[in-house]
Amino acid sequence: MALIEVSGLSRTFKVRGRPAVQAVRDLSFSIEAGEMVGYIGPNGAGKSTTIKMLTGILVPTSGSIRVAGVDPSRKRTQLASRIGVVFGQRTTLWWDLPLKDSFDLLQKIYRTDPERHRANLAEFTELLALGDLLHTPVRQLSLGQRMRGDIAAALLHDPEILYLDEPTIGLDVVSKGRLRDFLRTLNVERGTTLLLTTHDLQDIEALCRRVVVIDHGTAVYDGSLAGLHQQGGSTRTLVVDLVDEAPPISVAGAYVQRVEGPRQWLSFPTDASAAPIVAAVVAAYDVADLSVQEPDIEDVIRELYMR
Amino acid sequence: MGEALLRYGQITAMWARASRAYPASFWMLMTGSFVITSIDFVAVIILFANIDNLGGFDFHEVAFLYGSSGIAIAVADLFVGQVERLGQLIRLGRLDQMMVRPVPLLVQVCAEEFPMRRLGRLTQAILVFAWACTYVEWSPERAFVATQMVLSGCAIFVSLFVALACIQFWTTESAEVANAFTYGGNAVTSYPLTIFPNEVVKALTFVVPIAFVNWYPGLYVLGREDATGYPVWALWLSPVVAALLVGLTALVWRTGVRQYRSTGS
Repeated sequence: MALIEVSGLSRTFKVRGRPAVQAVRDLSFSIEAGEMVGYIGPNGAGKSTTIKMLTGILVPTSGSIRVAGVDPSRKRTQLASRIGVVFGQRTTLWWDLPLKDSFDLLQKIYRTDPERHRANLAEFTELLALGDLLHTPVRQLSLGQRMRGDIAAALLHDPEILYLDEPTIGLDVVSKGRLRDFLRTLNVERGTTLLLTTHDLQDIEALCRRVVVIDHGTAVYDGSLAGLHQQGGSTRTLVVDLVDEAPPISVAGAYVQRVEGPRQWLSFPTDASAAPIVAAVVAAYDVADLSVQEPDIEDVIRELYMR
Repeated sequence: MGEALLRYGQITAMWARASRAYPASFWMLMTGSFVITSIDFVAVIILFANIDNLGGFDFHEVAFLYGSSGIAIAVADLFVGQVERLGQLIRLGRLDQMMVRPVPLLVQVCAEEFPMRRLGRLTQAILVFAWACTYVEWSPERAFVATQMVLSGCAIFVSLFVALACIQFWTTESAEVANAFTYGGNAVTSYPLTIFPNEVVKALTFVVPIAFVNWYPGLYVLGREDATGYPVWALWLSPVVAALLVGLTALVWRTGVRQYRSTGS
């Protein structure tokens, strides 16, 4: 049985005097231990509601969830020590306490074996570069520092599953990169299962082999990132710089999209190889330079939402 | 239950240690709380400098009622008073954080940032009660009833605090309603209920049963069984009322948690 099993899951919010809002409807998926899954969708698509049901915070209106074999909303407290949760926009740390004190408090709350806690703390301090921050009160930390602290906090008790709700929101490029490296290491070395929601598709490209796309509360795509490109009917682009201006290039398997002086843009399907097209172009024309552009995944997903 | 109390003890101990990190501020807040509640009792002393009895009860008897009600509210306020912040915890998303930790939710809500300074209020109540007790003509039965009075009184106020805070699961701005019953209830039970119209006493017996905090058992201990029209055994019912309230509160809390809607993010 999969580590996370969701079937026919729905959640409705009743608001007095207004029609009920169906935040999640008939959602089904399952996640095996050790997977890293990206969970994406536009604002209000039901991402956070799903995470809150998976962690037991919200009780589903209908459908079933099994996480590590139990129903999260009924066995919330019991499940808690097996999962870690990071809500990107909110800290789990105590505002007035130094980072180290927050970690010590969590050791007591989770009753992590003191040896294990110490070893984990040492490792995460090193990997997330928290050394200089341990004695700083949380309220004085920058957003990026606080996020690193929050991620360490969610992992000190050795959870099997880590849920991350917008972990890179508001972080600069360098911090994002470091965080992604850390998460990859975590998944490879500890086998931690990761489910992350994000708006930053680079997170997904850097981390997740599998993507679940949700829109209006239901999954519109579940599969590999490459498959998402095909589904979206997206194309790759070969940019050719000719030595001299020329009429549009004609080669098999690609068509010219745009011409601008000596530069031409050729489109070809994502699943086709660039090699024969490049070879054909080079054989027939005087080429100064060549480059291949990958499709923009945001365009692909935007198209998916539009359907 | 034992497990929950153990976890409560561990977490409050941690916060107590944290508050000891600032000893000066801790002692100032605690002394402040002691002084403020003491001034409240000074008002009772001044009152009795001008009158001989209040609703048929003399100074020592009123002090007995005042002290026992004070202990009950102070214990509840100290141990579960933090539950009043439930709406704030919901708005800030802290409750979501607490829900994914392996400690019963109510324990975390009540134990977080445990307010040691509220010991000041409890100290004042215990002093008044102990002093009033020296004027009671003790018998084994009276000692027994007095003991269950204090325990039941604490349980009744604890239940009221928690049950009323649960309203905040549905509407996050309702702390004032709760205060009317908890602190308001304390204000009422600090004095002999004979000063109130009979309808009020009936409401405090059958609707919001805070008359069982100290009034009925107190009458027995003070040998004033005649002050109500009820049979003597009714004066022993505080533990039953307390147990019913605790059960009802547990039900309300569970319902609140299961219907919790969190906040959008």
